[in-house]
Amino acid sequence: MDIIVCIKQVPDTTTVIQIDPSGKDIVRDGITYIVSPYDEFAIEEALKLKEAGDGTVTVLTVGPESAKEALRTGLAMGADEAIHVVYEGAPSQLDSLTTAKLIAKALEGKKYDLVFCGRQAIDDDALQIGSLVAEFLNVPQISLVIKLEINGEQIKASRTIEGGTQVVESRLPALITAQKGLNEPRYPSMKGILKARKKEITELKAAELGVDLTPRVVLEELRLPPARPAGKIVGSVAELVKALHEEIKVI
Amino acid sequence: MNILVIAETKDGTLRKTSLEMLSQAKALNGSSITAALIGKGVAGQAARLGHYGAHKVLVAEHDLLEHYTTDGYTKVIKDMVDQIQPDLVLFAASSNGKDLAPRLSARLDAGLISDAIELSHDGSKFVAVRPMYAGKAYAKVSIQGKALVSLRPNVTPVAAPDESRSAEVMSFAVNLSDADIRAKVVSVEKADAGKLDVAEADIVVTGGRGFKGPENFHLVEALANAMGGAVGASRAVVDAGWRPHGEQVGQTGKTVSPTLYVACAVSGAMQHLAGMSSSKNIVAINTDPDAPIFKAATYGLVGDVFEILPQLTEAVKQIKASNN
Repeated sequence: MDIIVCIKQVPDTTTVIQIDPSGKDIVRDGITYIVSPYDEFAIEEALKLKEAGDGTVTVLTVGPESAKEALRTGLAMGADEAIHVVYEGAPSQLDSLTTAKLIAKALEGKKYDLVFCGRQAIDDDALQIGSLVAEFLNVPQISLVIKLEINGEQIKASRTIEGGTQVVESRLPALITAQKGLNEPRYPSMKGILKARKKEITELKAAELGVDLTPRVVLEELRLPPARPAGKIVGSVAELVKALHEEIKVI
Repeated sequence: MNILVIAETKDGTLRKTSLEMLSQAKALNGSSITAALIGKGVAGQAARLGHYGAHKVLVAEHDLLEHYTTDGYTKVIKDMVDQIQPDLVLFAASSNGKDLAPRLSARLDAGLISDAIELSHDGSKFVAVRPMYAGKAYAKVSIQGKALVSLRPNVTPVAAPDESRSAEVMSFAVNLSDADIRAKVVSVEKADAGKLDVAEADIVVTGGRGFKGPENFHLVEALANAMGGAVGASRAVVDAGWRPHGEQVGQTGKTVSPTLYVACAVSGAMQHLAGMSSSKNIVAINTDPDAPIFKAATYGLVGDVFEILPQLTEAVKQIKASNN
């Protein structure tokens, strides 16, 4: 089975977010970048499926030159190939719809049985890429997957919904978005890291793929969330209950 | 302005998020607000959509729409959009809405703003505010022309209904065959019957590592039950296997904005704060007076959850009893 995994390089979850003077991006200096955590579940699931049978795993990303590090992480975990759609413009100028079109273009002519994405990238939190790419590839999608079984061409997946789980059946080829709980991602081995350094990364230029890069969703301004009003420390359970009951009237 | 609202139902009744979307559509002064009511056995909800602001209700009932499927719902809504040509399509940023809205964005080649917490129209474009970086930053974004927007549940206030208003209810011809649905729902497993999901609950009581083990989480459950809320868990607790992933609040879990969030023995790591700091009121209970959670708290109580929670549960029960 040949599997594509779409991944994104994002600031580490412990990053203190500050706004750049442009007012359209965060301050990027000194940020540690990681592979978006949900994408790690996606890579792990792809590797497990490959190891259970045969085929290849290709990691793909759209991003600046530095995003190659994310692809190297995927290769070090065990992916066979990597595709980098190099986008050198401002991150705020690239919306989800355009990104998905670039991914679909990059996959034209490529053979795949399954495409994985993380359920969302933890920087823009847009939660759009999986569904968008599935539509452009004209394949069924199953999002928020916490359990996946594949038998021949048959897919059986559990996806999380409010207050429960849906069991969905489909057929290959399809697109799956990975939710926390699907698996425990492996750490790259030292051998994997060394091997990944030597692997070639296929490069495509976003500007040369014939996709209109003008965003539909325009980022006008990025700001810090409003500060919460100062709270107060209460001295006893009775005082707390009184406040909940009389001041904010929630109980 | 012509607005199409994709209503959501659960077990045959409208979810609160549907009413929030209609209130948002009204706030935008929609000259024509159409609600799409999709499913099986849901037609009875049409009148209520009218009370909350829909001028028209398109009822799409079909056996193949009994469960949400990406393929089925996308096709029906695409047909509706072709027919009524809305300027704006509103979705709930729920599990299903987040699956559906981008699929339509691609099919219609129209921009989608997901998880908006504010939405307005400035005369030339739709302008929305949406959290990014798990709420550590807010982005103001805009779309010129046809827009798709998903609204974060539990944020938009629901305007009072007007029961004298009635919507024009029309049956929508569903053009679906079995072969259209490529990913089929074969079963739905509910978590405990009647259990509230942490992302949609109005009150959330979250337990952290300070509970020392899963056997002590009954204290959190008891308080949540007394308050009529849902149980949440910190990442440490979920990673340790004490609680299911579905309860995790934070950057790699769920983002919640309840009316009341009670953080018990949760230190308040940045990733946790990101997932709950848009809650309207926050109570923090922790033995460590320097725990970062207190900085976010509306009310803080320094002390041991093992002593405080049983007392608090009892006090809440008494108040609830005297309210009745």
